[in-house]
Amino acid sequence: MTPLPAAGLRPVRLERDPWDRLLMETDDGQQFSGVAPVRAFPVSDPDHWISICDPHGQEILRIDDIHDLSLELRRTIELELSQREFTPVIHKILSATHHEPSEWFVETDRGRTTFQLNSEDDVRRLGPDQASIVDVHGIRYLILSVRALDGASRRILDHFL
Amino acid sequence: MLDANETLLAWFEPDLDAQLNFSQGLLLLTDRRIVSLAESDQELESAPGNNGQSTGKAWPHSAETTLAAKEKGGASALQLAGGRGLLAQWRHTHARSKAAHHFVDRWKLLRSGQPVDTGLLESSEALCPSCGSPIKGEQGFCEVCASLPATKPVGSLLRLLRFARKRAGVVTLGIVLTVAGTAASLVPPYLTKPMLDDVLIPYQSPQHEGAKLYLIPWLLGGLAVASVLSWILSWARTYVVAWVSERIASDLRNQTYAHLQKLSLEFFGGKRTGDLISRVSTDTDRICYFLSVNLLDFVNDVLMIVMIAAFLLWTDVRLALATLVPLPVITYLVHEVRSRLRNGFQLGSRAWADMTSVLADTIPGIRVVKAFAQEHREVDRFRHANDRVLHANDRVNRLWSFFGPMITLLTDGGLLIVWIVGVWQIYNNNLKIGTLTVFLAYINRFYMRLDSMSRMLSATQRAAASAQRVFGVMDREATVAEPVHPVHPGRLRGRIEFRDVAFRYGTRPVVEGINLTIEPGEMIGLVGPSGSGKTTMVNLACRFYDVAEGAILVDSTDVRSFVIEEFRKHIGLVLQEPFLFYGTIAENIAYGRPEARREEIIAAAKAARAHEFILRLPDGYDSLVGERGQSLSGGERQRVSIARALLIDPRILILDEATSSVDTETEREIQLALDNLICGRTTIAIAHRLSTLSRANRLVVMERGQIVEVGPHQELLDRNGLYARLYRAQSESPEDRQL
Repeated sequence: MTPLPAAGLRPVRLERDPWDRLLMETDDGQQFSGVAPVRAFPVSDPDHWISICDPHGQEILRIDDIHDLSLELRRTIELELSQREFTPVIHKILSATHHEPSEWFVETDRGRTTFQLNSEDDVRRLGPDQASIVDVHGIRYLILSVRALDGASRRILDHFL
Repeated sequence: MLDANETLLAWFEPDLDAQLNFSQGLLLLTDRRIVSLAESDQELESAPGNNGQSTGKAWPHSAETTLAAKEKGGASALQLAGGRGLLAQWRHTHARSKAAHHFVDRWKLLRSGQPVDTGLLESSEALCPSCGSPIKGEQGFCEVCASLPATKPVGSLLRLLRFARKRAGVVTLGIVLTVAGTAASLVPPYLTKPMLDDVLIPYQSPQHEGAKLYLIPWLLGGLAVASVLSWILSWARTYVVAWVSERIASDLRNQTYAHLQKLSLEFFGGKRTGDLISRVSTDTDRICYFLSVNLLDFVNDVLMIVMIAAFLLWTDVRLALATLVPLPVITYLVHEVRSRLRNGFQLGSRAWADMTSVLADTIPGIRVVKAFAQEHREVDRFRHANDRVLHANDRVNRLWSFFGPMITLLTDGGLLIVWIVGVWQIYNNNLKIGTLTVFLAYINRFYMRLDSMSRMLSATQRAAASAQRVFGVMDREATVAEPVHPVHPGRLRGRIEFRDVAFRYGTRPVVEGINLTIEPGEMIGLVGPSGSGKTTMVNLACRFYDVAEGAILVDSTDVRSFVIEEFRKHIGLVLQEPFLFYGTIAENIAYGRPEARREEIIAAAKAARAHEFILRLPDGYDSLVGERGQSLSGGERQRVSIARALLIDPRILILDEATSSVDTETEREIQLALDNLICGRTTIAIAHRLSTLSRANRLVVMERGQIVEVGPHQELLDRNGLYARLYRAQSESPEDRQL
């Protein structure tokens, strides 16, 4: 396992093989199988700094800006990312109980769900206007803009932030 | 005792005799000789040998004599030696160590033939009574002793005015509103007088004679207007005062914290975390509450009392004087209780800080507590601290519970006196019923105010104690002072020179006689048993402390003349226990350079071999770490801290046991990361495991605060000294053989 120079390499082909593994060919003709795209800044800058890693988690190359890629490559990567990352984005908080463990009932971009928190500390502020919530199972929920939530949701969230 | 043309250059007062009993002596340094004078000359003259305490004698300077200040166990000695042995020695306590060193310095200066400034007998400077070091600055307190300067509690409260001045406009508005509000609330009782005397009482008389019924709507209207006005004014006043006091407290908090950040490590070493936290948080909050609630009430009360007293005296002097009879008794009681309460509250405040200290101590150390199954002991410790809070508060409450009702009893007595005098006056037809009613209404308010004012007392004392604690921090001067004529370091090359460096902690010497030059880009490994002064060396190089003697020069400039903040920007520090702040990994890496671009952060993380593990975290560089964040392993934390040091691209790098808290496999990873970091930078690395210093150009071996060996690894091995011993001892231990 020799570390490869991450800079310089560019992907030219990305496709799924019959075993649902991702195959990548780089501009110098190398082929990699079972690669995975990983975002370095999934919250603060999701469209930049995307690493393509081998099955051991070693970085093969890095895409500085996803918009630099061809539409086809970009689609494949975004699809792959959306399948790998499971962080529902909360649009609306319907209710949350105050006693521990706190039980939440929310509407997300992936539908309605309920979850439990370990402690109030699991609701964290990210930057000035974002928040993340981790439930007892380690599933993470994101709130992309606290200000954009409706009043009732914000009031509930204020108790925890 | 001195010759006519002999000049005094320095003096020193030894405070012990040869048997180490307290005894005042005097030692003079002149341009020709050293003269010793003592209170008890005769007894000591007979001390055996020339090793004894020598007094009333003189030793002319000669080429052979040497003078040195030595630490000898619990007491120190100033030794004068000739060619064949010790000529004399003067014993003194550590309190005089600094002065002794100073005396020796003057002597050395004289010996080297340099002119000694006779006008500057520094030993005559004011000395701190507890540690003997000279007192610098206009503050007039010793910077070496960790004691906080004592300020008068009430004086501390007055110092808050400085913070109020900034918002003078709003404060004035608050005062005006308070006066107006108080005046408005005094109107209704006043209106009852014409109501009774001019309307109701005449109306009830058999002929309704003289009843001015037309006054009724005016009087009732007046009552209503006065109530509404008083309501509006008191609402506005409460809001304005709360607004301004909240801001004063916030300024105070900011300033205290900012000052705290400026204080040297020495200060933090001597203070408990919990105590400092409570000074910045609880104490400032208490001051805020005092300003917004208690002080407002107090001003209100005083105004009310003054206005009422004026009104009473104007209406009926005799009745007024009668009502004021219990006043002196109350004043006396207030004065008596005040001092006791203040002590009680200070005790309470200290007990409270002790209790928070226990929390601040055990919560971060919870793993140790559990590992040693000492939970019950910690609970006991907390209970003990909590009991002290309880007792302190009990004491105050006992006093308080007696004092409050006592005041009420006295005010009731005052009311009774008004009734007696009033009834008697009405019986004699000297007083109208209306006037008595007004009097009673006012006097009721008067005593109510007096009562609440006495309650104020505890709040004032509490706030004063808090203010004292807050200003206690603010009055501390940073030991590491900013230079008067600062030099901007610019881009450093990284040449470090220790020139005759000595550092004493209090009076205990930690390092002495250090001479070492580190070339730009060179890597130095500091080796030696623990307590040999390795960490002190790097602390001095970072200017966390200032040297006691000698100088540290970076690029041929004394570090003391650099702007501290700019100088430290050139230093990368990697510690044994890397500290990560609560925040994302990216923020932690960019801690020293918050404006760094994401590209640079990634590059630094890659060089520190942290990139890959960061990508495996669920949020990548956006993952939250630090307290209540994602937990990282020791090696991972260390690599983040290496990335942090890499990002600021320092010229000087300090590695204080950077790899000693991790396993060998992780150490190898970290070592690779460190190699990227060290490359081209002046590096001082402290390591316990000698194998990690394989890249060092030279090794510096320290023992008991001194450099004993310097040289490359092989040369030191060949020399077969301390280093060789340490190296062999380690290569024999099985744990490190695999390296």
